[in-house]
Amino acid sequence: MELVKDIITGVFFFIGSMSIIIGACGLIKLPDVFSRIHAAGMIDTGGTAFFLLGMIVQSGWSLITVKLVLIGVFIFFTSPVTSHVTANLAREKKLTPVGKKIGKVL
Amino acid sequence: MIKSFWLFVILLGLWLLMSGHYSVLITSLGVVSCAFCVYLARRAKLIDNEGLPLFFFPRLINYILWLFKEIFNSNVGTGKAIITGNISPEIFIVKSSQNTDVARVTYANSITLTPGTVTTKINKNEFEVHALNSSFGDDVRRNLMDRKVKWLEGNN
Repeated sequence: MELVKDIITGVFFFIGSMSIIIGACGLIKLPDVFSRIHAAGMIDTGGTAFFLLGMIVQSGWSLITVKLVLIGVFIFFTSPVTSHVTANLAREKKLTPVGKKIGKVL
Repeated sequence: MIKSFWLFVILLGLWLLMSGHYSVLITSLGVVSCAFCVYLARRAKLIDNEGLPLFFFPRLINYILWLFKEIFNSNVGTGKAIITGNISPEIFIVKSSQNTDVARVTYANSITLTPGTVTTKINKNEFEVHALNSSFGDDVRRNLMDRKVKWLEGNN
């Protein structure tokens, strides 16, 4: 049983690490701040979600599980707000994004 | 009044789950502090449809499961786009059909939470969205998420 738990945790940690590594590559590779926010969003959602899932599998049914879920909930609510604030500030400062505009933009 | 009661229940549940100590003294201190928080929230007039969107709760689980699926899919998509370099950023406007501010915020946050799309500006019910490439853009323009949030909002 312990072995099964460890294997499941390992798989989740592996997926989480992969999405963090790919997100970090994206942060360097992508052309401008708006595209880089997408890579950061990948770290925020995919990375943290899979790491938390792995830790939940390890902790089993206990209060620690509840606390891990609550960490997930708070990240779930705060990370889009920070992404939006970054993007909005960049727009307010008249940074023009690379790529095409479709129709009239605000 | 009914909203204050629900806020108290939520706060107390959170307190009990976070503390892990259930002796009489500590639990009663928790009840008192939760009641004090509800009193402060009432005094600051924070308890309205925006501060405590109770009308979301019946359909929330369903929506969140769907949103998790979308987040997973677009994580895979963003990863692929970064690795293969299939990037052609675009910026465009979508309309939101929700009536309440909470639902609009939920929609904008859901767009931002799925990697590959970010809401950059909001003007009433027009959102300016930045997408990593046209397939992410099409996902938003299909308005599926808009309809889901509209359904989550119900008849408010």
